[in-house]
Amino acid sequence: MPYIKKGEVADDPYVRLGGDEPVPTDVPAIVSLEWLLAQAPQSLDSRNVPLGVALPNDKAESLLEPYLPRLSLVALDFPIYRDGRAFTQARRLREAYGFTGEIRASGDVLRDQFLFMVRSGFDAFEVRKDHDAKAFAKALREFSGFYQPSLARDGGFRFRFSPPFSTASKEGESDG
Amino acid sequence: MAHPHQQKLRINGPVVITANRLADGVVIHRTGEGRWSESLDDAQVVRAADEALAALKAAQADGLIAVGPYVAPVEAAASARPGNLREKIRSDGPTFPLPSDAPAAYLPKEAGKVAA
Amino acid sequence: MYVYDEFDRTFIAERAEQFRDQVARRLSGELTEDEFKPLRLMNGVYLQLHAYMLRVAIPYGTLSSTQLRKIAEVGRVYDKGYGHFTTRQNIQFNWIKLSDMPDVLESLAEAGLHAIQTSGNCIRNITTDQWAGVAPDEIEDPRFWAEVLRQWSSLHPEFTFLPRKFKIAIAATPHDRAAIKVHDIGLRLVRNDAGEVGFEVLVGGGLGRSPFLGKFLRDFVPREHLISYLEAILRTYNAHGRRDNIYKARIKILVHEIGVEKLKADVEKEWERIRDGYLKLDDAFLADIRSRFVYPEYEPLEDAPEELKRALAADARFATWHANSVARHREPGYGIVTVSLKPIGKPPGDATSGQLDALADLADTYSAGEIRVGHEQNLALPHVRQKDLYALWRKLDAAGLATPNVNLISDMITCPGLDYCSLANARSIPIATAIAERFADLDKARSVGRLHVNISGCINACGHHHVGHIGILGVEKNDREFYQITLGGKADEDARFGDLLGPAIPYDEVTDTIERIVNRYLDLRQSESELFIDTVKRLGVEPFKEALHAVH
Repeated sequence: MPYIKKGEVADDPYVRLGGDEPVPTDVPAIVSLEWLLAQAPQSLDSRNVPLGVALPNDKAESLLEPYLPRLSLVALDFPIYRDGRAFTQARRLREAYGFTGEIRASGDVLRDQFLFMVRSGFDAFEVRKDHDAKAFAKALREFSGFYQPSLARDGGFRFRFSPPFSTASKEGESDG
Repeated sequence: MAHPHQQKLRINGPVVITANRLADGVVIHRTGEGRWSESLDDAQVVRAADEALAALKAAQADGLIAVGPYVAPVEAAASARPGNLREKIRSDGPTFPLPSDAPAAYLPKEAGKVAA
Repeated sequence: MYVYDEFDRTFIAERAEQFRDQVARRLSGELTEDEFKPLRLMNGVYLQLHAYMLRVAIPYGTLSSTQLRKIAEVGRVYDKGYGHFTTRQNIQFNWIKLSDMPDVLESLAEAGLHAIQTSGNCIRNITTDQWAGVAPDEIEDPRFWAEVLRQWSSLHPEFTFLPRKFKIAIAATPHDRAAIKVHDIGLRLVRNDAGEVGFEVLVGGGLGRSPFLGKFLRDFVPREHLISYLEAILRTYNAHGRRDNIYKARIKILVHEIGVEKLKADVEKEWERIRDGYLKLDDAFLADIRSRFVYPEYEPLEDAPEELKRALAADARFATWHANSVARHREPGYGIVTVSLKPIGKPPGDATSGQLDALADLADTYSAGEIRVGHEQNLALPHVRQKDLYALWRKLDAAGLATPNVNLISDMITCPGLDYCSLANARSIPIATAIAERFADLDKARSVGRLHVNISGCINACGHHHVGHIGILGVEKNDREFYQITLGGKADEDARFGDLLGPAIPYDEVTDTIERIVNRYLDLRQSESELFIDTVKRLGVEPFKEALHAVH
């Protein structure tokens, strides 16, 4: 399955773990939420390689709050592509918790969601189909501008106003 | 049943496999040769549930031609006729004259009953 | 009229181009039907019984004559020469090929028209009062706010894959013509004690299988916080709305299951976090949107000019139509003309391309080039000089657009039903035309007075049967069409759902039964001024039950 990071197909440095496997201490790993919640947040401080967690889309992102400073990645799930709960999780991770690590889309990830995902705060994608992955850059260029504000400033999108609902605010201002 | 998703493969009589054509939505029916035809006369009429299921599965593989194939009842006589009102409407169109700009279509009389 | 700028035009054109690519990928097999379906739906494309249907948005019910001509052209070139106006300020074309769809959308985009979010599990076309901007008693023009919400909701990154569809309506007058109590969110423009404009917010209304009236969520949201407040509601719904059962996925079920107080607590918490952030509307943004609504230059005129008085005295048919179809305008000397799309014997809400062209010409001559679309499936000309009413009426009459039956029994709200719709269980349109023909004598219909009959061909309630004074719901029993009848529903500020009269009756008995119900009302009413709905309110459905049983 192709993995996209920084807009391009890349090698995924993480291993994804199931429920019971031991968590390696020498390679980046994506652990289950269950495993993470069983650890004391401070106990992760000694870990020297990146740690990510897979957050199911029916679990609140607030569960991660004490762990977020120690996490380099949150993988959000699209069990079917019509199920859009992870858009809200991503947006809240970025805006309510100020998470700056990787937010990865996994599951039923298709080309026609890329724009919505990028604008909601996703920056990495496990894409189901090869040709969708190849069309990633094209999919992001389908619109030259959007009405709504978005924190995905690196998307290079033009907005109706900047930020769109306020002509008075200047670029760079945001409530983060 | 009115809704194709609710259909189980219980059949009480002759059936055909029907769908809409992908490119234009036109009603089409599956033939005995595994092709599709706009004419119900060409449809393969099936009477056994396992035969119908096999035909339906084959039809579902034709996703580039036929959208939403399902099993529809027919009245099989010399030639098949739609077996319920829904299929009759799919076959013959709406049950009233369609609006038209033809000159006689609208009468500027407030109580005017419009001729069909 | 709202004047689109370069940004708006580019956005619509790019959306049409994006859909062209999606259709090409579907036709080439790159997309399966399961993958394509949500994409086509969020651009208004359904697959119906006979063909594809395209639902085109008419944002806040306002059209220019140029746009109306474009709609007529699409009907003529790509469809069978007519379209169907819906209850949510859309027009549907019933016979468009999927392979033509990209060209249709490109053509519509040339006139600033689109099908964005007219279906799908997203925020749908925002609707409002068809008399917006001309009604005498409104707080302010609600279209202005509908446009703010159009911009906010169009391709919203977070809220395009919601649990289910999401409908928002706005009312700005004490009398609600936008049915806000039966929307997922109903907004009412209000003024607080300090004289500031804001919104009363209702949530969780809706019809369908489990009808609910909207519940109060907040009595006043200051206008600069409208977007952040709605965003807080939608975010809560996206996270917590049910996704395990399509019939329980609307926000009304979430409200019902967790209670409005719990929802309110969640919404307020999220709103508190974001309300003063980048979603706060500033005066410059609002002024920009306001400046792009253009109003006609009204002439200083007086009400009831001589020309009108003479015509009313001279022509009884005109006087009848005038009394029925012309409403008071906020400017003296002007009137709002409702154009009935319910000619006797014709499918309710349908109009031919020829009629739409004729209406576009009449709008240019008599109504500052503007046409409105209301949820009752009629059109309106919003800026007609009273002295021109007679000339206008004669031309409407010649085009079959002057049936004086607005708000009478033959002015029915009707869904397409089993004649078109793949979800329907029973036909709606032939029931409507049969009832209209039974009451074709409009003198009789007038003696009955205001009476709203709403007909749906299935439980999804596109014909709003729950809120009809008489509601008719088609059901299917053993492959036969049956109809349940309810009495006493209404959709306005006193909205309520009708009560079931009794067991469903077969297709052939509906018209006779409706006539018996009406006759029963004529016997029961206390005076000629007691409306049907008030008699039902006073007596309940019990005295009407005998109408279900024919006297053989």
